[in-house]
Amino acid sequence: MKSWDAIIIGGGHNGLVNACYLQRAGLDVLVVEKNGWVGGAATSRELTPGFAYSNCSYVCSLFRPEIMRDLELPRFGLQVISYEGGAVLTRDGDYLANYRDHDAHRREFARFSKRDAEAYDRYARDVTRQCRFIQPLLMRTAPDPTSLKPRDLGELVYLAKKFGELSAAEISLMLRFWTMSISDFLDEYFETDVIKANFAISGIIGTALGPMSPGTAYVLLHHYMGEVDGSVGAWGYARGGMGAVTKALAASFEASGGTIRTGAEVERVLVKGGKAKGIVLAGGEEIYGKLVVSNADVKRTFLKLVDDKDLPDIFLRRVRNFKIRGSSGKVNIALDSLPEFPALPKNSPCYRGDLHFTDTVERMERAYDDWKAGRWSADPFLDMMIPTTLDPTMTAPGKHFMSCFVQYAPPKIEGREWTDADRDGFAESVISQIADYSPGFRERIVHMEVRTPRELEAEVGLTEGNIFQGELTFDQLLFNRPVPGYAQYRSPIGGLYMCGSSTHPGGGVMGAPGRNAAAEILRDLAKPRLHMSPAHDII
Amino acid sequence: MDTAADKVALRRAAQGHFSAWRIDTPFQPRLAELSRTDDWYSWAGYRAPHSLRDEELEYFAIRSQAALFDISPMTKYRVEGPDAEAFLNRLTLRDVTKLNPGRVHYTAWCDDEGFVLDDGTLFRLSAERFRLCCQERHLPWLLDSAVGFQVSIDEETEQVAGLALQGPTSFAVLREAGFAGIEKLKVFDLAELDHEGGKVVISRTGFTGDLGYELFVERALALSLWDRLVKAGELRGIRAIGYTALNRARTEAGLIVANADFVTSEHAIRANRLRMPDEIGLGFMVDATKGHFNGRRAILEARTRGKLRHVLVGLEIEGNVPAEHAIVYHKKHKEIGLVSAALWSPMAKKNIAIASLERPFGDTISDDLWVEIYAMRELQYQKLMKRAKVVQRPFIKLDRRTANPPADF
Repeated sequence: MKSWDAIIIGGGHNGLVNACYLQRAGLDVLVVEKNGWVGGAATSRELTPGFAYSNCSYVCSLFRPEIMRDLELPRFGLQVISYEGGAVLTRDGDYLANYRDHDAHRREFARFSKRDAEAYDRYARDVTRQCRFIQPLLMRTAPDPTSLKPRDLGELVYLAKKFGELSAAEISLMLRFWTMSISDFLDEYFETDVIKANFAISGIIGTALGPMSPGTAYVLLHHYMGEVDGSVGAWGYARGGMGAVTKALAASFEASGGTIRTGAEVERVLVKGGKAKGIVLAGGEEIYGKLVVSNADVKRTFLKLVDDKDLPDIFLRRVRNFKIRGSSGKVNIALDSLPEFPALPKNSPCYRGDLHFTDTVERMERAYDDWKAGRWSADPFLDMMIPTTLDPTMTAPGKHFMSCFVQYAPPKIEGREWTDADRDGFAESVISQIADYSPGFRERIVHMEVRTPRELEAEVGLTEGNIFQGELTFDQLLFNRPVPGYAQYRSPIGGLYMCGSSTHPGGGVMGAPGRNAAAEILRDLAKPRLHMSPAHDII
Repeated sequence: MDTAADKVALRRAAQGHFSAWRIDTPFQPRLAELSRTDDWYSWAGYRAPHSLRDEELEYFAIRSQAALFDISPMTKYRVEGPDAEAFLNRLTLRDVTKLNPGRVHYTAWCDDEGFVLDDGTLFRLSAERFRLCCQERHLPWLLDSAVGFQVSIDEETEQVAGLALQGPTSFAVLREAGFAGIEKLKVFDLAELDHEGGKVVISRTGFTGDLGYELFVERALALSLWDRLVKAGELRGIRAIGYTALNRARTEAGLIVANADFVTSEHAIRANRLRMPDEIGLGFMVDATKGHFNGRRAILEARTRGKLRHVLVGLEIEGNVPAEHAIVYHKKHKEIGLVSAALWSPMAKKNIAIASLERPFGDTISDDLWVEIYAMRELQYQKLMKRAKVVQRPFIKLDRRTANPPADF
């Protein structure tokens, strides 16, 4: 009976990154994926003829460049294109744009407030300083603060040293930053509603918190610490849609000898004597492996794939309490032609960036109020983009794919499951908001896919539809992610590892959890890790 | 224009700025006419010339005739009110009570920790009216600092056009242009003179270490002022110049540029790049006797506790190859600093540089200093290790700069 060196549950980007690194270290690796395609939440799917959809994740910045380099992803077709900053369309018929050019950006803000225009530099400095501290931590396993192992102590010393390099003022800023609400944080820099709303966006995306909830300032940082080819904080489109990331990963994996099985849903992990021995597929087929790595979120992994009896009580309780609340949905639209927004000049570069309609922090918070009451937001917050303005590969010329990330959408509607009627109502709240700013929008729609938390959980496998596989609040970060004592990708079960976004450093199409987990596995196997190159010479 | 609808209309009217990433200064029509090199760069978002025809000849215009340089992109703030003096005294390092109406001084301002936010020139136009000119943008800082003072602060960069007229014949040009009484201006004096029914503020200031003036005028009068000067200077060699020429002159004059020779505190990402006034040669500005000003306690504490880590110095380097951005060594191997500006000085006939060093080097230890110069010549580096000597700035001292009355050339 064949026993694989490693079986990866789930062919999302982290599972594939993990598989690639293990395969390249000489292991014989199998990836099993329940869907008929790989990609997890990073896919490009032709849902209607002639239109490729980035139907879950839709932009790329966090994906680590060292992973792209190590795994030769450009050779396998990955290209990331930077896009122009977008705009917030305001209810008074104006808009606030974000231009990449520093001085144009300042002049744009000055239309609303000269003060805010000149406040941007200090804001950018402070956020960049925080990013510089956090970025090197992404590609390191978080130390266990209770451990006396030399490696943990070494990592703690590294952290302490990094801390020690900070002035008292920087440390207090950092602690405030990690615990504040994005709304309070922005109030310290800006006075104009729409300018604050413009920045607050990054503080709430994917999070079941409102802009006034503590902890959302950190979420903003999470969205700022990516890069496109060294341009820190920049975001880009993966050419061909987000599936290009996982397609390249899968190709790289197979080129190095790895095996992928799609359409293979894992029912449970085989555990014997406290050790993982393989997996059982939905049809009953058993596949054996020396170790098993789960790309699924921590709840799915331990509450569905592993028997409770095999897990320690406190661990289990903490997994149950892990916050992975669904807060968002997706409306993906195929368009016959480019929508017009009369408020936005026809030659505006903002059409090629992200567009928003929520022009005050207050409105975002009210949208969150609906979520708390168990309803989708009547006046939702949209992160809307049309990648086909830059990417010629996704549709025929002149046709467009529009991705709308929608917040807030609760995992359950007033305590009960979502129905199809709910889903349609949710979609209508989105379409009517867009149509308010874009006359004739409905007539351009060729096809539409609506994904509420229900669909995200059922189709992608994300518990409650949480895009980060667990909230990015400080109680669930670093050595507390996913749960204390298990932040180093290992689990209470021997040979069972975690590599998804539930683990440090968290979600987004980053690949860091997958790579860090591979490093830990190879360490346990005493295999060399020379094929894992370091990130940056200078930050 | 105060209702909400008016504000929206104003905002919307300004939308179109994105169609030109680089905006024009009021003098752009003249600069465009003169430009042969089409060598533009972005100065704080304005289109500005590196050179117009020939950067070398433009430099020599500064030193031999009269050079006309557009300084409109410089950030300008109008500070006005009964408490303007008290506010500026609280904001900046020097004693503003000693700055009389009709005078200008070069000053700087710091954050609470004593790190320099920017340097700039402060013009006292009247008892209660000032203009602050600088490189970076500071409106939030100024507004927040002004809380409790009866003072209004307005950013007026776009509304006010600025010209520097620098060089030995600059005085004669202004006299020919009919600016009566210009001969009375001593260095750092200013006067408000008539121009086309408006006013032009002329100060005997500049960034070249030479005889020279700066002129500020409302935007609408910019071109007529330019034409007036050019006409008057026709026989005195007046020539419009770009930044490359000016940058040479300012280096000879030993003057520093924010975010070229030091990093301003609101832009420094890395905490160890922050600089106190004493660390960038601006310690002379700090007036410890004038009472409270922002950063005072931190600056004085750093002085008494010996916490100043850097020093900005002038270097004279052997040989003739400019040491731009070269590493400075002690005893040829210990890295102690970096050159931020350098050139072969035509006026001094010396190889000069402005450098930031880590104390005690450049402070108490100034012997055995070296710079490593990589001179690229036809795709090959010539690596030079050259001895450097700390010298006083300015590197050149021209009597004509301060002569009273100024000479015709």
